[in-house]
Amino acid sequence: MTAGPDAPLLDVSDLHVRLPGRGGASLHALRGVDLRLARGESLALVGESGSGKTLTALAVMGLLPDGAEAGGRIAFDGRDLLALDEDGWRGLRGRRIAMVFQEPLTALNPLQRVLSQVMEPLLIHRLMPDRAAARERATSLLARVGLDDRQARAHPHQLSGGQRQRALIAMAIAAEPDLLIADEPTTALDARLRVQMLDLLRELVAERGMGLLLISHDLALTARRVDRLAILYGGRVMEEGAAAGLLEHPRHPYTQALWAARPRLGAGRDQPLHPLKGNVPALAQLGDGCPFAPRCPLATTRCAAEPPRFDGRLACWEVSS
Amino acid sequence: MSAAQPSSFPTPPASSPATSTATSTPTSLLRVEGLGQRYAGRTVLRDIDFTLSPGESLGVIGESGAGKSTLARLVMALERPRFGRVLWDGRDVNAMPTRERRALRPRVQMVFQDPYGSLDPRWRVGRSVMEPLLALSMSELQRRERVAEVLAAVGLEPDAALRFPHQFSGGQRQRLAIARALSTRPRLIVADEPLSALDVSVQAQILALLRELQRRDGISLVVVSHDLPAVEVLCDRALVLRGGEAVEQGPAARVLGDPQHPYTQDLLAALA
Repeated sequence: MTAGPDAPLLDVSDLHVRLPGRGGASLHALRGVDLRLARGESLALVGESGSGKTLTALAVMGLLPDGAEAGGRIAFDGRDLLALDEDGWRGLRGRRIAMVFQEPLTALNPLQRVLSQVMEPLLIHRLMPDRAAARERATSLLARVGLDDRQARAHPHQLSGGQRQRALIAMAIAAEPDLLIADEPTTALDARLRVQMLDLLRELVAERGMGLLLISHDLALTARRVDRLAILYGGRVMEEGAAAGLLEHPRHPYTQALWAARPRLGAGRDQPLHPLKGNVPALAQLGDGCPFAPRCPLATTRCAAEPPRFDGRLACWEVSS
Repeated sequence: MSAAQPSSFPTPPASSPATSTATSTPTSLLRVEGLGQRYAGRTVLRDIDFTLSPGESLGVIGESGAGKSTLARLVMALERPRFGRVLWDGRDVNAMPTRERRALRPRVQMVFQDPYGSLDPRWRVGRSVMEPLLALSMSELQRRERVAEVLAAVGLEPDAALRFPHQFSGGQRQRLAIARALSTRPRLIVADEPLSALDVSVQAQILALLRELQRRDGISLVVVSHDLPAVEVLCDRALVLRGGEAVEQGPAARVLGDPQHPYTQDLLAALA
């Protein structure tokens, strides 16, 4: 069953996830997430720790932790992923939906040459008639991401961090997935390396007509390298839109504050800094209202009590679309 | 884009009592001469030279593996260099008698990327913040007062001392780590990626705090960071490391605003 040509590749609507908390309590981690992604399009899901960005990606991969309860709808090419059993997932995960993990060293098998690891998905999903064909295809995939024959025959520890990341990307795209999910590293990885990886992912998306869902904490780095942005906070989408427009005219007070808090290169040593007050809320501390209300300069009593509805662009009582 | 001249930062007088043990004329707070390091036959740092005057701050920029953290540890005298010298107040820190080095130690402190690096999870944070003071001849009462003082200086309530690290957010823990570093009234703080483990919305708070400490207390920073805008805000000078060598150094505003070396230009282009 596939949807019509106009239907989005991925359509997440009103996604709720509850996680088991201490003492039998349940933590309401995702509180109605809406996302849409078309083929050939890239969407960055940007959020700070605890915003729910990784949980959203895991829900789309059908990899929610044990005891998690999901509600709402995740439609992938017209199929409801939340209704899928493990058998149904087998043909999808790694095949039509693939993920690039953020830890290249743990995601690669240290004992196996890179080439064999790229061949694996081709053989598992029976995409190539024999090993020779798989080897040829894997070699060309590795060449595509910038690894030569010598690097293809290397073991993971013989490669640099950037080369390992490239190998993982080759593995992820080997089965020609329709949707690629990339979890951006949050640790102190070199900005230059991250930019190279983003650029490579973007090229591959354009070339192969995949959809790219990029999970990131870094608005500044991703904003100019994806088509659309969704800003997450406290398990809700605060703002969503075309990346260019959203950067030029951020509407939501949280997006504005995030953007203003960055120091600017070239603005000098004495440039004013605009730190946000307070801290990112822990899941257990989230109340019923807008999660950003306690830090928001525009917040009213209504904001703290009642969650604003996401209208496809914004979730804010004080600013309208 | 003109305000970044070092001259706009007059060197504040070194006024704290703990610094009065310094006898040499403080022409340079920190000086590094021909510094190099080798691990297991592999050169990780080569021929590094720079001088920091009191109150001046340096940003060390480079990718992972460039030798940034090695340089930080050498500046802290946490390891001995294979080549060259590290001078605190004009004196070779690796050639001075142990007792003398121990006396100078409290004046150079470190803040790590992961605040857990300086906060013992099993201790109430007051104990962690106080720990560097145990080496100084102070009464218990003076130590407690100092802990309250530095907690206030980083924007935390005095009763924070009674809680445990896990009861704080990431940003608060980094404030605690900074409070601990401040406790001994250091003149130099070496900060290794002090922002990168923090949420973006919290990074600006720590950046503002560090800049305030520079302005108010005249503290010098050596900031190891791949965050170039943060280096611009915090540092008078910048040193760009690549493969253990300095490819470019100079006033931070110049290095970041008009980079001469293709490698620096490349790093900056990645941010555009």
